[in-house]
Amino acid sequence: MIMEVTVTVNGHAYTRTIEPRLLLTHFLRDELGLTGTHWGCDTSNCGTCVVWLDDVPVKSCTVLAVMADGRQVRTVEGLEGADGLDPVQQGFVACHGLQCGFCTPGMLMTARWLIDHNPAPSEGDIREAISGQLCRCTGYENIVRSVRWAAEHEAGVREHTVEEAGTEVQA
Amino acid sequence: MQVPAQFRYEKASSVEHALTLLDRFGAESRVVAGGHSLIPMMKLRLAQPEALIDINDLDELATISVEQSTLCIGALVRHTDLLSSALVGEHFPIFADAERVIADPVVRNRGTVGGSLCQADPSEDLSAAFAAVRGEAVIQSADGVRTVPVREFFVGPYQTVVEPGELLVQLRVPIRSSASAYLKVERRAGDWAVAAAGAELRLADGVLAETGIGLTALGAPNFHASEAEDFLTGGPATDERFAEAGRIAARHCNPIADQRGPEAYKRHLAATLVDRVLRVARTRWNGLHPEEEAR
Repeated sequence: MIMEVTVTVNGHAYTRTIEPRLLLTHFLRDELGLTGTHWGCDTSNCGTCVVWLDDVPVKSCTVLAVMADGRQVRTVEGLEGADGLDPVQQGFVACHGLQCGFCTPGMLMTARWLIDHNPAPSEGDIREAISGQLCRCTGYENIVRSVRWAAEHEAGVREHTVEEAGTEVQA
Repeated sequence: MQVPAQFRYEKASSVEHALTLLDRFGAESRVVAGGHSLIPMMKLRLAQPEALIDINDLDELATISVEQSTLCIGALVRHTDLLSSALVGEHFPIFADAERVIADPVVRNRGTVGGSLCQADPSEDLSAAFAAVRGEAVIQSADGVRTVPVREFFVGPYQTVVEPGELLVQLRVPIRSSASAYLKVERRAGDWAVAAAGAELRLADGVLAETGIGLTALGAPNFHASEAEDFLTGGPATDERFAEAGRIAARHCNPIADQRGPEAYKRHLAATLVDRVLRVARTRWNGLHPEEEAR
């Protein structure tokens, strides 16, 4: 059986003809050439394949690409904005949040979702959020620091923006 | 690379459509929702359905509500939504306790309540939680709707009473004054249980008017410890009786030795977890009913 699907990835609609048994992670990597999403354990344990499906992080090695037909997917390639790297990416740079980098795309996607829903996560919140993701370098301390850096950086930017807005009103 | 065998894929647009598809494709078709048990089994070729019927679009099965004093949990409710539901947490904290230790947050975003029960894995936490609170499974087919107590839902490991052409649509739990809890021992975060136990209790005049004890990964028939429940019900909720209930549950369950531990260790866990989870439930009951504190 062959099916035509249209999946919107990082804002672009892609139409492809695929077998229903194709997994989302391979659809992204092999059909669309978006190799930022990594393919790791293939058993939904390691979490390096995490992407957002309709704004929710999922393990794309355990989702069929046909299940994403008509839906929105966000991958690590979709993190960078017009202003440059996303704060979570900047955090991983600033705090040495990666060594070999294999787990990084999944960590980034989960971290982005966490901060979107919990702007001031505690260390425990962060560890819980990434508890389904493995870092083979065991670099968890720096990953947690990186996510905290991103959350604090964003809070600082928000505060700064509010201050600036306040100054303008006074002026 | 693990790739499932070829199959036909159909996306259901309504419960009726899903039932039509189930009839059309027969016993070799399988329903897929979160897919976090079925797809791994298909990748390993442990399962090779000829057709998959995707019910992820059936929003009508993804709601949690109260109807006529009954908590109604749609089969397509994701684990994360059961965990975060204030309604569920208020009436049956056992579910939040269990959900917190099911897999990991990303898996919980996808896996569903109905899928967990239909998978009927002997180590599945929700099966024991629903057995403890005496939930009911609502099963629909082209012929109509039938309701089965969760305690009669499981035929054996990976087998349920859901027949070809039928779809589990909802889990129901009558809301009553009670307290509940769930405790699990796992080797590492997100793992299947080495052993786990759930409890629900209701006290009246210092006596246990109702007791439910669920057991996970311990080989208990239909995930509950009926002998321990029978022992407790009708008597006071004392430490000594809880400990004895644990010993009874440990004697009557049937754990198997595997990579998670030998049989004797699992029986030890059964006794300890049943005792402890009953105490947690009693503490919660006392918190709800300070005027009639049970000892």
